[in-house]
Amino acid sequence: MATPVLTGRPRRPEPTSAPPRRRGVWRRTDLRTAMIFLIPATVGFVVFYLLPTIRGVYFSFTDYPVLAPPTWVGLDNYERLVNDPLFWNALVVTLYYVAINIIVQTVLAIGVAVLMQRLTRSILVRGAILLPYFIANVIVALVWFFMLDVQLGVVNVLLERFGMDPQAFFGNPALALPTIALINVWRHLGYTALLLFAGMQMISPQLYEAAALDGASPWRQFRSITMPLLRPVLALVLVVTVTGSFQIFDTVAVTTGGGPINATRVIYLYIYDLAFEQLDFGYASALSVVLFLILLVVALVQLRLLRAGESDEA
Amino acid sequence: MTTTLDPGATPAPTEASPTGPIDPQRRRRRVRPGKVLGWICMIALLLITLFPFYWMLRTALSTNALLASQADNLLPAGFTLDGFRRVFGLVTLEDSLAQGGAGGRINFWLYLRNSVIVATSITVGQVFFSAMAAYAFARLRWPGRNTVFAVFLSALMVPGIFTAIPNFVLIKELGLLNTFPGLVLPTLLMTPFAIFFLRQFFLGIPFELEEAAMLDGASRARTFLRIILPMSGAPITTLAVLTYIAAWNEYFWPLLVGQSENVRVLTVALGIFRSQTPQGSPDWSGLMAATLVAALPIVILFLALGKRIVNSIGFSGIK
Repeated sequence: MATPVLTGRPRRPEPTSAPPRRRGVWRRTDLRTAMIFLIPATVGFVVFYLLPTIRGVYFSFTDYPVLAPPTWVGLDNYERLVNDPLFWNALVVTLYYVAINIIVQTVLAIGVAVLMQRLTRSILVRGAILLPYFIANVIVALVWFFMLDVQLGVVNVLLERFGMDPQAFFGNPALALPTIALINVWRHLGYTALLLFAGMQMISPQLYEAAALDGASPWRQFRSITMPLLRPVLALVLVVTVTGSFQIFDTVAVTTGGGPINATRVIYLYIYDLAFEQLDFGYASALSVVLFLILLVVALVQLRLLRAGESDEA
Repeated sequence: MTTTLDPGATPAPTEASPTGPIDPQRRRRRVRPGKVLGWICMIALLLITLFPFYWMLRTALSTNALLASQADNLLPAGFTLDGFRRVFGLVTLEDSLAQGGAGGRINFWLYLRNSVIVATSITVGQVFFSAMAAYAFARLRWPGRNTVFAVFLSALMVPGIFTAIPNFVLIKELGLLNTFPGLVLPTLLMTPFAIFFLRQFFLGIPFELEEAAMLDGASRARTFLRIILPMSGAPITTLAVLTYIAAWNEYFWPLLVGQSENVRVLTVALGIFRSQTPQGSPDWSGLMAATLVAALPIVILFLALGKRIVNSIGFSGIK
């Protein structure tokens, strides 16, 4: 049986086409059965997604020092936020992180996907480059923290071999954030590359053959066939990876903890500090509402681009 | 590895993706400079990808005293299993300090047990309850089905930290801080992704099968348990593996609600271990031994089910 797991793209089943209209036993019992089957998931959804969302918005309008109950303060938190240099710093740092992470990762992933497409489809190669993606962020962070250590790190030893000065990758405000961004590129590269590879698999081989007969170089084929036809998949992959990379936390928390001098205090970490170190739940909630809105806008913009990409394909 | 390193060789058929189209490049057998360059890039990529794993092992087998003077030695510096013995709590406090270890004890077996409990219960619960919901969305006819499904899916948009604060308050109000229920409840009953993932597969199962069972008098619950679930072995295993790995690797939520020793999971313990080691001379070999052991279950799972996981990526990511 060919399982749908193996296909590059999920089927887009039309919900209406699924069950043919039935009479008798089917129709009468389905609503009740459906309700019973949905009880656990609905409880999970309402208690841990829906109500927390409403409550989170409510907290953002309160002063909530955790140990005392929340008191309504209106827009105070949002006013404070606008005038909080640490918030703007966190926003800039996060955007800087997302930019480095996404640009480097996407460019490299396209290259790796092309390599897999043209050189080998070996499951061993694909598995090897995917492995880091399944290792816990904490472990990834610790290993690189050691490998990039100023004194003991193998990377610095290599730098010295090539006549360069050893670098305090996590201690230098200019280097710390790019370092963390690149560590996460290392972790996610294989995953992103495989998604793009799956997209490339859907491009008809005949197109390449025809282009080759017309004398198109591999580079020309890549530019004129692969990239345009990959656009919808690329857009989807970007939605997933951009919204994901906005939520960077583990790597920073384990390596720099936000330092040096707030150079890596990304918005997620700032919210965490406010809520769970300074016990200022109200203000932290206001910040997370803003993060939520940013992510919503990013996703909507990207989905728009995606739709533009889809019409391109037709 | 050897078969894949030869540019001229075609991949063995068993290694190729079962549904992958026939490689259009296969007919071209000339060795071209572009291909050689490509293979150099590919090998470099594989080296960079896999080197940190080797380095973990190499450091774990080294002694702290020799790490500084042999930082570039590709082999373990002063081969020893002491790092692992410290992790497993097999050495006395004095010996541990003498080896450059931390004075504090890492209760590795306890954290391992906690990680197993948390990841296992989340996986079992989430997959089963999500399968029930997916069944209702895919195979039952009822008014408002697609609307409710869309509402469930919209939860994918909510960032983790946004729900984390109110969820923490809720868990605290319920008196479940530092308990296993507190750790697992938020993801035990559903995730939008799990429901979406399984619904896609359930939609593809022929209705005639269920119909036949229904005519024989089987109830809906029975067809779900006896027909739909057994027929979805592959996707359910895939989802279970992905869920298990995610739950095993989770750091943020256990950091918030699982700080106390008796429920602390491995990821949180590793973070604490790292921050407790003095800045001057951290116990690197012990730390690397610990990370290696913590990563081991995932690596084993990956080796056992790697093909299935790799093949599912094209599906799971593009949602």
